[in-house]
Amino acid sequence: MKKLIYALCFFSFLSASAAQAQLLTIEIAGTGANRIPVAVADFGGDPALARTLVNVVRSDLEISGQFKLIPNDATMTESSAVDFREFKERGADAVVAGSLVASTQNNLEARYRLYDINKRAVLSGAAYVATAGQLRLAGHRIADDVYEKLTGERGVFSTRIAYVTKSNGRFQLQIADADGQNAQAALVSKEPIISPVWSPDGSRIAYVSFENKKPILYLHTLASGQRTTLANFKGSNSAPAWSPDGHRLAIVLTKDGHSQVYGINADGSGLQRLSNSSGIDTEPRYSPDGAHIYFTSDRGGSPQIYRMSANGGDVQRITFEGSYNVTPRPSPDGKSLAFISRRDGNFQLAVMDLANRQVTVLTDSHKDESPSFAPNGRMILIATEIGGRGVLSSVSIDGKIKQRLSIASGDVREPAWGPFAK
Amino acid sequence: MNKLLLIAPLLALVLSGCPSTPIKEAPVEDRKSDVTTVKVGDATVTGLPLELTDSKSVLSKRIIYFDLDKYDIKDEYKELVAAHAKFLVANRPFKMLIQGHTDERGSREYNLSLGQKRAEAVKRNLILLGAKEEQVEAVSFGKEKPAAEGHNEAAWAQNRRAHMLYKSPAGSGEF
Repeated sequence: MKKLIYALCFFSFLSASAAQAQLLTIEIAGTGANRIPVAVADFGGDPALARTLVNVVRSDLEISGQFKLIPNDATMTESSAVDFREFKERGADAVVAGSLVASTQNNLEARYRLYDINKRAVLSGAAYVATAGQLRLAGHRIADDVYEKLTGERGVFSTRIAYVTKSNGRFQLQIADADGQNAQAALVSKEPIISPVWSPDGSRIAYVSFENKKPILYLHTLASGQRTTLANFKGSNSAPAWSPDGHRLAIVLTKDGHSQVYGINADGSGLQRLSNSSGIDTEPRYSPDGAHIYFTSDRGGSPQIYRMSANGGDVQRITFEGSYNVTPRPSPDGKSLAFISRRDGNFQLAVMDLANRQVTVLTDSHKDESPSFAPNGRMILIATEIGGRGVLSSVSIDGKIKQRLSIASGDVREPAWGPFAK
Repeated sequence: MNKLLLIAPLLALVLSGCPSTPIKEAPVEDRKSDVTTVKVGDATVTGLPLELTDSKSVLSKRIIYFDLDKYDIKDEYKELVAAHAKFLVANRPFKMLIQGHTDERGSREYNLSLGQKRAEAVKRNLILLGAKEEQVEAVSFGKEKPAAEGHNEAAWAQNRRAHMLYKSPAGSGEF
């Protein structure tokens, strides 16, 4: 096990020096109404390293919009006595305390405990083994645990996001932590890159690259940079979507003259046509149970969202309101559907409750695109435009919490939120 | 693990009255955080006959513009398409790639499908006029490569277009 840790650290060191990704900055544009008051104490141990760790925990909780940080600059380790009364007086419902201690030769141990102030009880605690370079990840793990214990939902701070930047005529497919930090370029190209999607195990990304004068689908293994061509049929190859088991993808081909949905194995074999219309069928997405495929079609005269069985057939129209509803993205629990709806000429993020088909528009922007659910279903990451620049925005499913991610110069677009770490 | 055994009794002392949750040790290594960067280049254009590239030749004109929400060839471009069809008929080993484009409004993938309709319209016309299926490929760039960067109708009109690219029998050319 230790050997594996060392090997991975070595590789991340190597690739960090090769990466030249642009820094993504995050800005909070709205918070939840009932934020949980939490105090995160300064951790014990090496002050500089402990500060890095604690800052990640604090920033994660703060950015999520679901916590109110109670200022706390006293050092408290996981074994310090907790003055429950004092924390209660200061308004904290929970307190995180811990320390960073040397473990084995190159490793540190990030220990923490989470206390429930009202119940005067320990809610959780763990010790994560990390190198100095993995401190941020250890911080995300702690924040994930705090989030889960206090909200009842899994945290997504240690997940990753993919997106495409366009800057100085160069396109980069970048992979970053969910908070936009640690960005690394997986692909650099002079031609556009669109529609990245994570494999369910988080090791690969499928995307469309125009590097050979036409849209071709590639599978890209992130760790090795190894790329294989998933589909390069005559015409355009686009709109990949993984089946939940990771064996197959739904894709869009024009080899029969117009965009239709096909199924293909991840190794490029087993091609099968799934949709059958005389118009455009595109933007397929599997339902999380793998039984259905949502897609956009203009078969009714305007682009609307439809659903078919995963093997094709049994087509049902899902959206009826308005003349332009596209880019369907089912939520991880399969109960709702995010999509882009054109209203008064503006393209806005909308969510449909699939049980009663009720639609809620979540943004007031004018150029929303490419929604992507966080794996816990709580936030939706979209591309939008502010001041003529492409930025990412993450919006809570009730529309109340909003964050914005942008780069210093250039556009950010095509976000894809990665899966939970296994 | 030894450390845990050591701190457990300490914690029990400190947290008297609190149900103590044991601290579980877990390595933070189980996420592959390394990403290898791949760079892809672009091809250079060489080796096409003057007939296709000389600005005095009609065949050097390769762009067809489309109206808003329209996917058929306007009358003013029929002659140009006919000239290219004539070249493809006379030069069977030559191949053409038609790239369709849209303006910036709407979904990237849906626009890719709309750009495809424009490229297919050009391809169908060429084939009706004698070009062979295996000579012509229709693809789309959707809204990914605008010719004009503006956000108004003047720019959008410049962007609703199809480009015709040639490749010589030797395999050199524009794609």
